[in-house]
Amino acid sequence: MTDKTDIRKPGAGFTRREALATGAAAGALAAGLSLAPGMARAASPKKGGRLRIGIGQGATTDSLDPATITDTYMQVVNYGLRNCLTEIDGNGKLIGELAESFEVSKDAATWTFHLRKDVTFHNGKTLDADDVIASLAHHRTEESKSAAKSLLKAVKEIKADGKNTVVIVLESGNADFPYIVSDYHMPILPAKDGKADALSGIGTGGYILDKFEPGVRTFMKRNPNYWKKNVAWFDEIEALAIIDPPARVAALSTGEVDVIDRVDRKIVDQLKRQQGVNVEEVTGNQHYTFPMRCDQDPFKDNNIRMALKHALDREEMVRTVLSGHGSVGNDHPIGPSQTFYNKDLPQRVYDADKAKFYLKQAGLSSLKVDLSVADAAFDGAVDAGVLYKEKAAKAGIDINVIREPNDGYWSNVWLVKGWCASYWGGRPTEDWMFTTTYAAGASWNESFWNNERFNQLLLAGRTELNQDKRREIYYEMQQICRDDSGAVIPMFANYIIASSNKVQHGKVAANWDLDGLKVCERWWFA
Amino acid sequence: MSRSAIKFLKSAPWSARFGMAVILFYVTLAVFAPLIAPYGETAIVGPRFDLWGEAHIFGTDNLGRDMLTRLIFGARNTIGIAFITTCLAFAIGGLAGLLAAAVGGWVDQALVTLVNNMMGIPQLIFALLILTITGTSIPVLIVVIAVLDSTRVFRLSRAVAMNIAVMDFVEVARLRGEGLWWIVTREILPNAMPPLVAEFGLRFCFVFLFISALSFLGLGIQPPTADWGSMVRENASLITFGDITPLLPAGAIALLTVGVNFVVDWFLHKTSGLRDEK
Amino acid sequence: MSKIVKMVAQRLALGLLTLFTVSLIIFLGVQLLPGDLAQAILGQSATPETVAAFRRELGLDLPAYVRYFDWLGGMLQGDFGHSLANKREISELIGQRLLNTLFLAGVAAAIAVPLALILGIMAALYRNTLFDRAINVATLTSISFPEFFVAYILIMLLAIKMRWLPGISNISGEIDLAERLYRVVLPALTLTLVVVAHMMRMTRAAIINLLASPYIEMAMLKGVPRWRIITHHALPNALSPIINVVVINLAYLVVGVVVVEVVFVYPGLGQLLVDSVSKRDMPVVQASALIFAATYILLNLTADLLSILSNPRLLHPR
Repeated sequence: MTDKTDIRKPGAGFTRREALATGAAAGALAAGLSLAPGMARAASPKKGGRLRIGIGQGATTDSLDPATITDTYMQVVNYGLRNCLTEIDGNGKLIGELAESFEVSKDAATWTFHLRKDVTFHNGKTLDADDVIASLAHHRTEESKSAAKSLLKAVKEIKADGKNTVVIVLESGNADFPYIVSDYHMPILPAKDGKADALSGIGTGGYILDKFEPGVRTFMKRNPNYWKKNVAWFDEIEALAIIDPPARVAALSTGEVDVIDRVDRKIVDQLKRQQGVNVEEVTGNQHYTFPMRCDQDPFKDNNIRMALKHALDREEMVRTVLSGHGSVGNDHPIGPSQTFYNKDLPQRVYDADKAKFYLKQAGLSSLKVDLSVADAAFDGAVDAGVLYKEKAAKAGIDINVIREPNDGYWSNVWLVKGWCASYWGGRPTEDWMFTTTYAAGASWNESFWNNERFNQLLLAGRTELNQDKRREIYYEMQQICRDDSGAVIPMFANYIIASSNKVQHGKVAANWDLDGLKVCERWWFA
Repeated sequence: MSRSAIKFLKSAPWSARFGMAVILFYVTLAVFAPLIAPYGETAIVGPRFDLWGEAHIFGTDNLGRDMLTRLIFGARNTIGIAFITTCLAFAIGGLAGLLAAAVGGWVDQALVTLVNNMMGIPQLIFALLILTITGTSIPVLIVVIAVLDSTRVFRLSRAVAMNIAVMDFVEVARLRGEGLWWIVTREILPNAMPPLVAEFGLRFCFVFLFISALSFLGLGIQPPTADWGSMVRENASLITFGDITPLLPAGAIALLTVGVNFVVDWFLHKTSGLRDEK
Repeated sequence: MSKIVKMVAQRLALGLLTLFTVSLIIFLGVQLLPGDLAQAILGQSATPETVAAFRRELGLDLPAYVRYFDWLGGMLQGDFGHSLANKREISELIGQRLLNTLFLAGVAAAIAVPLALILGIMAALYRNTLFDRAINVATLTSISFPEFFVAYILIMLLAIKMRWLPGISNISGEIDLAERLYRVVLPALTLTLVVVAHMMRMTRAAIINLLASPYIEMAMLKGVPRWRIITHHALPNALSPIINVVVINLAYLVVGVVVVEVVFVYPGLGQLLVDSVSKRDMPVVQASALIFAATYILLNLTADLLSILSNPRLLHPR
């Protein structure tokens, strides 16, 4: 694929509509050719073998229903079993998956997806528009418990146009809508009596479910009729839930598994030196935050927020909490690999004097605040809180670090306590990220932030199809977020995958962990 | 110290003297921690995982805090918590057990039923339930662990005391018309002491382990307080690569456990009235 | 003898009562925990709307006592119900895991109990010798280490350095007994190291405690060999406290091995219980808690029976 069709590259000179259409077509081509670019280091892929993956999440309460998927374990299984309308490829480009191509109306409010013909589900049923409608309806109905419900809130109508075309009408324009349907919550499931069959595990994906033991292991076998050619190389997949980080490393070291995710950052360097092990690191959009509630004292005052944003040493935090495996954040959630990342925005650094200055502006000489942390928020959150406390003390700020129980952290602390630790896996587009966590009134607006200018820009950016104008908008939004929002964003964490050197792969995707969660489909044995 | 006490100590075998030396050493550390430790308990004083050297004898931990300092303050926090917890557990469980055995009848039944109900629920789950509801401040932690531990102590003390309560000298005391308290403290307790003391030595170190297991579930002691159990947990992954950092706090626990139990052994030997010392 | 039968019947009835109380305590406990299944499952991605929909679907919007009696009603008819989180039959979810837990506990006990008794008796026999001290230091050190740490050390030595044993206990359905044993050696060894010291020290203490008794001195004066005094005269009378400690440790092997299960990725009941508590999956919590409670009650009863058989005086309380 060449840069010409790269719609994510700013200023490529295409209107968005043309770009998307060609992009999708090229995507189809790319799917056919598989991992043509970025395969330099590997011999050509071949079929065979049983891939055993040790994944650091998973629980006995896991369910195959994509509506309630929350962690890497079920995400990987889900992408093994099923496909979405679109997907994000190894280079971060959006391409069609079950949709052969898609196009948009001028107001960006009506999206038409043309489905591939002759795609069959594992049970032999042929894919058609009804399956797509039922699968999306699974997240939209009144009684739906889907985490994707809010993503599809703007959808007014979904209708079939013949057997192989689906038209989706939005309340208002959204130039990034095709990205949303690539989300792991929204795979296409077979329709049964007009309802999506979410619990059987039947999909159109490269692997067929053999055995599912929640929180323990999942067996999958290759789908002999898979519609994608030259992917899904393994004969079998065995996905193990190995929660304990040292156990994961031990399992890899002793050859019990071939691939592990979330390598303990403390030991990455030692592991790299180990014979027969490869370690892959990618900087994605995964970032850690300390959201302050802007609707509560003392965080109502932006001077307080600015004082706290200056009172932490980001470099040191990356060095210690991440052991250097990440990069510093700049108090906004857009990662360096994203299209409209504002590279002109100066990096915020630790500055005790500035912090004191802002405290003074707020009419205070010292400040005492509570910070609630737990390692459930992110691995190392407790350490990060302690580091923050040490550095902030020099600016006259006393941070009282409270370790909350991991159990129930997301329901009792996050969005409840005045200031806590949190993380975001990142979203593929600026609009999606900002809409999810920074738009006024969004249910996951973790800092309860409401900035008028920011909200106006958000709406303007969403319906804008011109790339230059979008860049301008998103640059300004990042700046507003950095200087006003309630989120302290100290760092972006790398995804760290370790594998046996028997396993080969192309360029590792940065959008999610484990090669964009598609390790089963994209990797192979040498 | 009086002369007889010194003589008494001199009669102790080497193992007991070693144990007492260890305990004395730890207590000194615990009491004078701020004076002995080279740095502040929570101060970040160097790069992370600094090597052993002059500035930091045992290197630094994952945040760049001095390891030796953390170990010394860890002695204070860990031993303090473990000692109070264990005493509380024995006060509750031990007394209840003796009482149940001495009184018998419905008191015994009621206590046994209560303890059985509590023990029927796995300890870690019980702690998880309670601590999630109450939060993990140190007083709560002490009370919760003590109450959970006291059920185990109860079982043992009751079992031991039952054997004693049916002995002739207890019967005699009863016939003499001695009161319940007298029987429990003068007749049963002294004879039940040895197994209870042995149990105390072990329960004491189980408290560290329990705190450590709780930190496995993210419920341990509040940071940045240093405690050995959590210190082992924080650095445990390094052992897989032959790095001995986590052995330091684990070794500190082990040394204390061995020391305490050596003294306990000596006590057992003394109270058993055996004269075949070698 | 009929007294014993009566006692067993009485204790079993009390056991049933205990089961009921435990279920009530657990239910109330989980009920008191902040958050419910809907929030716990959706985690960070929960919105008020989806949580409400989820609750309606699961019947979590019903009052607590209605849900409890619903569950109890089903239970009394032998229906454990379904997991709320993924709608699986609880009997199916728990069956294999219970077998796994019992298997691991069995293997660990088969190593640990005889080892502890033998070491304890030997230590009492050769008390205060170098042997006694060495055994003591070794076992004390092994229990001073948190069990996950013992596990890591064993993994490093036996799995990574020596390559003798697998680093995790991956036991899938279709492996034979020998393979299964091979794969649980490491966790069983870890558990052994964790429980041996406690039992061994109690054995030693209980025996030594009796050695000053007149009847032992009598035997000694008669010239009975030392080991015979211990095995024939002291041990039978020291059985009660030893049995008690052994039983507590057996119960621990079944009930308390969550950490070892996590480290070795061993699919046992403990992990299931912790998972379902943290997700507030009440029927699963209840079912596993009841199994643990029943295990405990039965082991306990066994211990008391054995104690009574070893000291018939206990049969005639005042």
